[in-house]
Amino acid sequence: MIALFLRDLRLAIRAGGGFGLGLGFFLILAVLVPLGVGPEPQVLALIAPGILWVGALLACLLSLDRILALDWEDGSLDLLATAPIPLEGVVAAKAAAHWVTTGLPLTLAAPLLGVLLNLPAGAYGWLTLSLALGTPALSVIGTFGAALTVGLRRGGLLLSLLVLPLYVPTLIYGAELVKRGAADLSTATPLALLAGITLGAVALLPFASAAAIRINLR
Amino acid sequence: MSLWEYANPKKFMETSARIMPWAVGLASVTMVTGLVWGFFFTPDDFRQGSTVKIVFIHVPSAMMAINIWIMMLITSLIWLIRRHHVSALAAKAAAPIGLAMTVIALITGGLWGQPMWGTWWVWDPRLTSFLILCLFYIGYIALWQAIEDPDTAADLTAVLCLVGSVFALMSRYAVFFWSQGLHQGPSLSLQTGERMSHVFRYPLYLCMVAFGLFFLALLLIAVRTEIRARRIKALEARERMG
Repeated sequence: MIALFLRDLRLAIRAGGGFGLGLGFFLILAVLVPLGVGPEPQVLALIAPGILWVGALLACLLSLDRILALDWEDGSLDLLATAPIPLEGVVAAKAAAHWVTTGLPLTLAAPLLGVLLNLPAGAYGWLTLSLALGTPALSVIGTFGAALTVGLRRGGLLLSLLVLPLYVPTLIYGAELVKRGAADLSTATPLALLAGITLGAVALLPFASAAAIRINLR
Repeated sequence: MSLWEYANPKKFMETSARIMPWAVGLASVTMVTGLVWGFFFTPDDFRQGSTVKIVFIHVPSAMMAINIWIMMLITSLIWLIRRHHVSALAAKAAAPIGLAMTVIALITGGLWGQPMWGTWWVWDPRLTSFLILCLFYIGYIALWQAIEDPDTAADLTAVLCLVGSVFALMSRYAVFFWSQGLHQGPSLSLQTGERMSHVFRYPLYLCMVAFGLFFLALLLIAVRTEIRARRIKALEARERMG
């Protein structure tokens, strides 16, 4: 499993564009939103947590079809399915590699973009925490969506349509965590629920994803 | 004589052919009676005037939107566990009806809200949950359309329905949490349950029954069409081979 994880990491870093793409998109979004909404600091401070979270969502979406589609096309997905490790493990390793190449850089870059968006001073720690807790869920849920659409030629848009509604709970609790943390309100509920969703998704969704891959490989 | 006999498409077609005239007839009668009664034969509410009468369409369609998703969940489970094609086709056929009900609920909610609260749309938890449900329906239908092999499509959409149901339930509570906001103020809510006098209650019940029968009639028509479409494809395939 570790070998598979490292292989996916190397492929993502090597095969041009996969690695920096999410970050670049995140940066562009952080620039475009103030251009669209206006530079007023109060307005930006209000919407900054939401914008950063939606940006993380969309940046994750960009690289999702790469997880499985490339392996499907050249036949390595068949080999992985018949390998000694369980398909659920394969899916988990791929989701982990996706997180390391997408979610983790986003989590680290978010505070810098928070400066651009006039994020309130107390929110930076909460932002990093919420993204660190939430982006693994985004990777795992995204892998499930990718597993459903792996056989389709132009499955990218359908993938977004399927996955974005599944992202809603994570988005809500993640953004709420940042907003409440910034306002010094009680953060116990969103924190617990965000962590719960992530842990539940990481534990259970690989089984659904593996089932979807097996269906597609028939 | 068990329910599972109707997993046999032939038996299903025979039985549904006999039920359908009744379903269509009863649905029409109850729908017309309920709506006419509700719209024309109930007094105007002293607070909300006559616009509240849109509740006779709004509430039943909202109820059906949820119930249809639950029905899709159950039929998807039956397909995954017992591999009855009729069940998979029932889920496939029910989805557009459910989507239509959701959209009707959203639109009638807006039509109600505009004269009442001066706004077509408000991000209160119920409406937001329905908007998210709308997205789930659209995704489900899109997945059916995107995949060519019918059995693969049935399997994948069944898995999506299962996972989606869990997330839809989570979203519902997340949205309630989200709508509290930073300031726990009163939320704009299109409450219909409060203090509904029995003058309104009975036509409302009739409309709920009517919408349920309406769904049944549409579902039977749609599933029969799907079964016939599969038979045609099978005949075409046989012709091409023979």
